[in-house]
This record gives sequence, C-alpha cells and structure tokens, in this order.
Amino acid sequence: MPGVVGYVDALYARPGDLVTLRASVLDGSPRYRAELVRLICGETGPKGPGLKEEVVATSITGEHAGQRQPTPVGSYAIVENLPPLRSVTLSLLAWPTLPGRGVATLVSLGPLRLILDATGAAALEVNGEIVGTGRPLRPRAWTRIEARYDPATGEAEIGSMPVPGWHADHAATARGRIGNGARATGPLVFAATPAAEGCTADHFDGKLEAPRLLSDELAAEWDFSRRIGSADIEDRSPHGLHGRTVNAPKRAVTGARWDGSVHDWRQDPSHYGAIHFHGDDLYDAKWKPSLEFRLPDDLRSGIYAVKLSASGPAFHVGLVVTPAPGKATAKLAVLASTATYLAYSNYRRRMSPGAFELSMGALPTVDMTDVLLAHHPEFASSTYDVHRDGFGVAHVSARRPLFNMRPTGRFWNFSMDLCLIDWLEAQGIAYDVISDHELHERGPALLAPYRLVMSGSHPEYHSLEMLQAIESFLGAGGRFMYMGGNGFYWRVSFPEAHPGLMEMRRAEDGTRAWAESPGQYYHATGEYGGLWRRIGRPPNALVGIGFIAQGFDASTHYRRTAASRDPRAAFLFQGIEEEILGDFGAWGDGAAGLEIDCYDTAVGSPPHGLVVASSEDHTNAFLLVNEEIASNSRGVDGTLNSRIKADIVFFETPGGGAVLSTGSIAFVASLAHDNYRNNISRLIRNAVDRFLDPRPFAVPE
Amino acid sequence: MSRPVIDPARLDLAREFRARPFGRHSPELQALLDIMRRAENCQNLILVAVEPGRWMLGERLADHRPPRLFTEEIFDSLEAGEWAAFRRRWRALAGTELDLP
Repeated sequence: MPGVVGYVDALYARPGDLVTLRASVLDGSPRYRAELVRLICGETGPKGPGLKEEVVATSITGEHAGQRQPTPVGSYAIVENLPPLRSVTLSLLAWPTLPGRGVATLVSLGPLRLILDATGAAALEVNGEIVGTGRPLRPRAWTRIEARYDPATGEAEIGSMPVPGWHADHAATARGRIGNGARATGPLVFAATPAAEGCTADHFDGKLEAPRLLSDELAAEWDFSRRIGSADIEDRSPHGLHGRTVNAPKRAVTGARWDGSVHDWRQDPSHYGAIHFHGDDLYDAKWKPSLEFRLPDDLRSGIYAVKLSASGPAFHVGLVVTPAPGKATAKLAVLASTATYLAYSNYRRRMSPGAFELSMGALPTVDMTDVLLAHHPEFASSTYDVHRDGFGVAHVSARRPLFNMRPTGRFWNFSMDLCLIDWLEAQGIAYDVISDHELHERGPALLAPYRLVMSGSHPEYHSLEMLQAIESFLGAGGRFMYMGGNGFYWRVSFPEAHPGLMEMRRAEDGTRAWAESPGQYYHATGEYGGLWRRIGRPPNALVGIGFIAQGFDASTHYRRTAASRDPRAAFLFQGIEEEILGDFGAWGDGAAGLEIDCYDTAVGSPPHGLVVASSEDHTNAFLLVNEEIASNSRGVDGTLNSRIKADIVFFETPGGGAVLSTGSIAFVASLAHDNYRNNISRLIRNAVDRFLDPRPFAVPE
Repeated sequence: MSRPVIDPARLDLAREFRARPFGRHSPELQALLDIMRRAENCQNLILVAVEPGRWMLGERLADHRPPRLFTEEIFDSLEAGEWAAFRRRWRALAGTELDLP
C-alpha cells in the first residue's frame, strides 16, 4: 500500500500558480519523495499503451521530511465563547440513526455533556458522573430530550419524551446528584465532543433540531432552518449566540415538523429545522502545508499529478493545469470531468459486501491503493457510498486525499480519460485541458476561445451553470465531441459557503447507489436534485444521446448504419471501409462497453441527428436503466432488448456548429489499438479535423 | 430462502466459463453464475491487484472493514482470478472440488 498520501488545495491550477501540497506519511517513514509528473496515459492493461508519465522539473523534486497528519473527521456545530454557566437547562429534538453504537454526544459544554449512552439512552454527564434514563431511544424517530443541572447542588435531571405519533415510544426520566460543582462552559458543541489535535470524538449520527439553552446568565434558541445553505447556525435569542458547522453536515433535511406537505425547503423552512450529522463527514482535512511550489510559467496545459512515494506504490495527486484567462494555446480544449472525478472520489462500495457482482457481470476489482483507503475511514467516501448509518453520502470535498485522481488502479474516469490525452499526443494535435470546476465558475467565457471542446469518457455530473455554458458554446457555433457514455446525467451544486465541496442528491429516479430520503430532493442551494432528464434537461437534447444501459463484463463493436452513407456524414468515414467499427480495445475488447447511451427523439434527441453506427451483441450483464422502466419485466438485458446499444450520433446546430457523440465509456480505450491505426482512431481524427475547420455546418432543410 | 445449490455433474458449464469468463454465456451458465453471485456464503469475493497485472482474491467484509486478502495465490490475469473464484464457489455450492483437466 502507498506509504504517503496527500492533496492539493484545488483540482486545477494555472502556469505560474503557487501550489500547496498537504501530505501525510502513513507508514512511519521519516522521509518521502515528491515530483511533478505530466500524465500522458494511464494503466490500460495489456491491450493498451500502458502508463506514460513525464517528470517536470520543479522545486519539489526530491526527498522531504514527512509526518503523519491527523484528520478531524466527523461533523458538528460549535458556538464559541460562552461564559461559565451556573444552572443549565438544555433541550432539543433528536432523531438518532445509530443509537446504542457507543456514546454519542448531543451537546458538549466543557465538563457537562448531554449524551446518548452506550445503550442509546439519554443521559447527562458531568465530570464523568452520569444520570441516565436507561431507556434507549428508538432509531429514526423524533424524541424530545430535556436536561437540567445545578452545579450549586449537583442536582441533575434528564428526560426523553418521544414526539407524539402512532408509533411513539414511552417517556423516561431520571434524577441524581452528580458533578462536584463543575460548571458548564464553552465552547458549546452539538453532535461531538472536543478532543486532542483539533479533532472531535463521540460523534452523534442522526438529526438534531431546535436546541435550547437556558441558564442564569443567558438563554439561546438555535433555529437550524435559518441560514440553510451556509456554514452558520443562528440563535434566535437577543444574545446572538450564533455558531458554525464544521465538516459540512447535511442541511435542508426534514425535521420533526415535516409532514409531507412541503418538499421544497424554501417554501416552508420550519419543516426543515434539522441538521443531519455524521461521524464520518469530512469537508476539510486541515492538514498543514507540506510543500509549496510554483508551476513553471511555460508549463503546457495538461493533466498532471504530484507523485508521492514512500514505501509501496506511489500515490498520485491529480491536478489539471489549465490556461489562464485570455491565454488559450489551441483551438481544441479537452474538458476534464473534475466534477465526476470528485463524485467518484474515495469510492468504497466495491469493497462492501453484497450482490454487487450481479450488476457488474464480473468480480469487482481494486488495487492496494484502494485497500489503503479501506484502512482509513477518516478520508471519507464518495457519492456512491453510504454513511455508517446507511444514509447516502451527499457531500464530497476536494480538501482531503482523493484516491481516484490517478493514472493507476481501476481503468475508469480519470485514468480512462488519459486515453484521449494519449491519442491527442500521438496525433500531434494541439490542445488545452480545462476543467468542470472552471466551467462552473467562469461559464461560457471559458469555452469562448475554442472551436472544439472534447469531453472525457464519463462526464456524468454537472451543475446548471456548466450545462448552460455548453449550451451557450453550441449556440454560438461551437463544436462539441462527447467522447463517452452516461454523460450529463446527475445534477450537482457547489455551495459557496464551502469552497471545494460538491453536493448531490440522488433524487427520484436513475441508476442510484442510494436513494435520497423523501422530502429532501432539493439541495441546500435550493436547486432540485436528481437526473437532469427528470429536471427537464435530458442529455439527449444537449448531445443527441442519453444513458440506456450498463454492464461491466465485456465490450462489443459498432456496426455502421445506412445513415452513415448520408453525404452529411461523409467526412466522418473518409478512409474507413469497414462495416464493423471498434471490435478491439483496451477495455473489454470492444469500443462499446461499460456505460452506453442511445439516440431517442422521445427523450429529446434532435430529429435531424444521424445515427451513423450502433453497437450490437451486448451481454446480459447490460440491463436497461431504471428511468426507462415504468414497471419491472423480463427482457431488459442486452441479449434480448434491441434498445440496449451505443449510438454514434452526429448533428449540426443552428449556429454553424456540430456535435459528435460516441455513446460509450469504453470508446476512448480503443483509440490506441494497433499503434493508433484503426477505424475508431480514424473516425475521431476525421471528426476533429472537420470540427476544427471554421467552415460552418448547416442544419439540413 | 434455501441455500442455493448447483449440480456437480455440470462440468460442461465449468468448461464453458473457463474458456470464456467474460462475454456472452449460455443461458444455463448464466443461471449458474447468477446463483453463485448471490449466494450469501460465497458472493463477497473481490480481485485485488497486488501490482499491475498481478491479482489475488479477497473477501469483502461488512461494516466498512478492509477486504480480507487471500495472499497465498497470485494470478497473472483477470481471467485466471475469475476462474479461481468460480472454483471456490463451486466448492461452496456443489460440495466438491472442481478439478478439470
């Protein structure tokens, strides 16, 4: 396993920028090695070109003293600067998801803690002495908890009262004399207890709502339905004891008042007065800077990594180097799918038990870097994983080590996209690399210098701003090549209060690793989450095709259609005599595989789109996607269902531009076959040459 | 659900899988694979790359624990790893060793 891991402060940087690397040595080595490498090609397996990387001279090349850095995992909310308090009355609503799994802090006030004890019963603890109800709270049900403590007498009282409902449990109370006069004091922490090295302990998993604090000195009443979308919590009282959240717990979640009558939290925030905390939330690892270096001013735009080595294999910290505004160096840009890379970052699901293999058609595969991740739950998870309480991971952050932005390991996403970089290098075609994150931040201005933008193999996650920027580019005559499958599928958002964080909610429908809870389909930004197809912006309308099936056992070929003989498509097939395209490749021996898309005017594909080739002969591991199925039935696999195919589609746009979409994640893994001399490579070269030609395309009459 | 079992006499299906572990399978082999892949006593296998191109089997564990690694046998291809997993599952579900010439 890698002995050192790290991260950089942003997923992209520009020539001349200062890059800060934060590294943690995990194997006890006193030193580690670092260097900047330009990535040309990832590990492709024996049927591809294999790993290609070039060292770039920078000030970090060499060995460095290393140390292990703590990772303060677990979300909580904190109110600083409370004075020592005399008598204290605390109350709140709790919806625990893991009661009975160890001590869980509801409120921490110095020596005083309101907790769920190891059995899941509400208890008051002062200086280590405890008074508890002895009655465990029911999981996933709302309970009001109240506690009183007087340090002058040591008298303590605790009660738990289930919120009325047909399923309500019994109330319980307890009294005692504890604490030896210890006085509650700040900081006040919800859902965790402060511990050493800036970390916290005894995290609470579940939702908290409407906490109140009453003492001789002050009164406070926090309303979590206010300032949703921020990192703040607001005290409604005149004392203004406002606080902040740490590690981005989930806001815009249903509270005790939610009754199903409201689904958009903005319509009535009082139904959304809860925060869902998790002991495995992580927004910012807060590692100390380890190395700082300046990217050379003349560094080519491209995909790079800071390569770290101690014992075991190297750990790559991926980084897109993109031109500064106004300094585009080519007419072609590769749009690196940094939003999708982030969505998949620290993917643990493949290492979880269950019948996962049934949906893949083959054994899941990992490498020792993935196994290292499994040894470190504090690095948090991907949007494909669930928290330890079973609720889906809706937040992923770049401020932590990312185990998938590397050219090694699973041939997927980041490493798969390098096949396109490798092909462009082999063809001698000039290009810049830009990123999703910039597209979100800069919008159409990012794309304006380019005549052609090429996507990666799996551009799955997009914000509204990103889609609008691509639409604007196409509207102005831009040319776009969608080089993959299952693209433009899920909505994501980037909350301003948490730079580097991305939110997504697996709402309503789609091929989902988990399902968002009822009433929580709206992001904390106020945007409706889920599939862009369900939101009204299907990928078909943007790029002509949309997700139809997935399977992870074997790929297959495309067969040309009669439409490929249409004069409009003649430029694509110059020099191609074969009827069969892509019956080879580094992933699954074919260009059509993994996740595939097809043309469908009923979902929004433009009627004048030309389906110039379609795949055939998929295996029965390929199953029709959920959003295509109103009710389950047989006949939805690749051996029986004629709709399960990847379509290569070309169409012109009214602004003089055009789109070519390939419809398969595995497609780019075929580009290098036979030393780049093959019909997939030729087709794409033909398209690139024409798309870079300024002569306008015309939509047919 | 009762424990799924497979017919130890169907060596023809084992031969078919060994010859082509990835891709289209006969309906009978696919049915056998579906049983193997959802059998609770042997479904949680995983292939772990020790280094590029060299694989070992492992077992996926609950509660977010790291996989248990079967380090005693290393395979030089995914196909060989799939075949080793098939043999383990055969043993678990057919109750006999699978030793094909």
